[in-house]
Amino acid sequence: MSRSDVLVDADWVQAHLSDPKVVIVEVDEDTSAYEKNHIRNAVRIDWKRDLQDPVRRDFVDQAGFEALLSAKGIANDDTVVLYGGNNNWFASYAYWYFKLYGHGDVRLLDGGRKKWELDSRELVVEVPERAVTEYKAQAQNKAIRAFRDDVLAAIGKLNLVDVRSPDEFSGKLLAPAHLPQEQSQRPGHVPSARNIPWAKNANDDGTFKSDEELTKLYAGEGVDLAKDTIAYCRIGERSALTWFVLHELLGQQNVKNYDGSWTEYGSLVGVPIELGN
Amino acid sequence: MCGAKAGGPDLAGVDVAKETIIQGSVTRNGEPVNGYVRLLDDNGDFTAEVPTSATGQFRFFARPGNWTLRALVPGATVDRTVVASLGVQTEVGIAV
Repeated sequence: MSRSDVLVDADWVQAHLSDPKVVIVEVDEDTSAYEKNHIRNAVRIDWKRDLQDPVRRDFVDQAGFEALLSAKGIANDDTVVLYGGNNNWFASYAYWYFKLYGHGDVRLLDGGRKKWELDSRELVVEVPERAVTEYKAQAQNKAIRAFRDDVLAAIGKLNLVDVRSPDEFSGKLLAPAHLPQEQSQRPGHVPSARNIPWAKNANDDGTFKSDEELTKLYAGEGVDLAKDTIAYCRIGERSALTWFVLHELLGQQNVKNYDGSWTEYGSLVGVPIELGN
Repeated sequence: MCGAKAGGPDLAGVDVAKETIIQGSVTRNGEPVNGYVRLLDDNGDFTAEVPTSATGQFRFFARPGNWTLRALVPGATVDRTVVASLGVQTEVGIAV
């Protein structure tokens, strides 16, 4: 798999705005951003309403994902291009989610909404109409999803990559600093986890660094990529971006995203936690 | 924008005494600018980023200490250092 199979730039998207087999999808942490404006012909997926079970903490199931994509007018053989704010955090999360349910051709817009805005490219308010499809999802690919027991079993054995900011890793902050600081969990990190913040994967404009720079980053941080790796953050969206880097850009096979992340781990009774750097 | 409250929308529901707030606005020639503001820690590491509001405003919930704010707008990048304190809403105006 090459970088262009999973990542496209703004010029590519601009050239495919009216391509009927390319579906551009905006996924934002701020789910109202789409209503303000969006890339022409882009549809919206709401990471909370559309992708989460409305009652339990879990994802929509296979049938739910099929219903969602059918309603959005996305077919199994469409090329899906995801983009969003926050340097593609939630677009990366959706990308991982599309892969979890086995979508064939899905890509990220490099730099996401921010780069598009900073380049002063066109944004519109018109919402496109797409004919409904009969989307068929595959069973969840558990090879790319980690659960809490996987994390506990990995302590001291596998690579645990904590992609939160240094202040969240050390326990000084409980959430990214654009959010009020929650108090429901214990601060800190999983013992033996390495802190390699997601932001080290990206440039200021939100585009990904080169494969060479990324390889150097993980080697320099002492991550043995021959071992299995589990990435986590607070709720699994920033670590989905790191999963994208390791699994999709660098081609590492044994990489899982722990979507329970710190909001689950930091609330578990009796598990080991480390504080500090 | 006339009548815009410093820092953006109100802080209803947030216990500001427990928060270390850094907020302000990004302007060009006195007019609000749409762009992004990044919060970098005292090692220069990324901690958070927000888009500015329609009135150019931003807000972070940080921790006490030294920070750098980096405003990214079309065609310009501007850094400002700031010292934040618990229970205080530190205001920073960034002209680009």
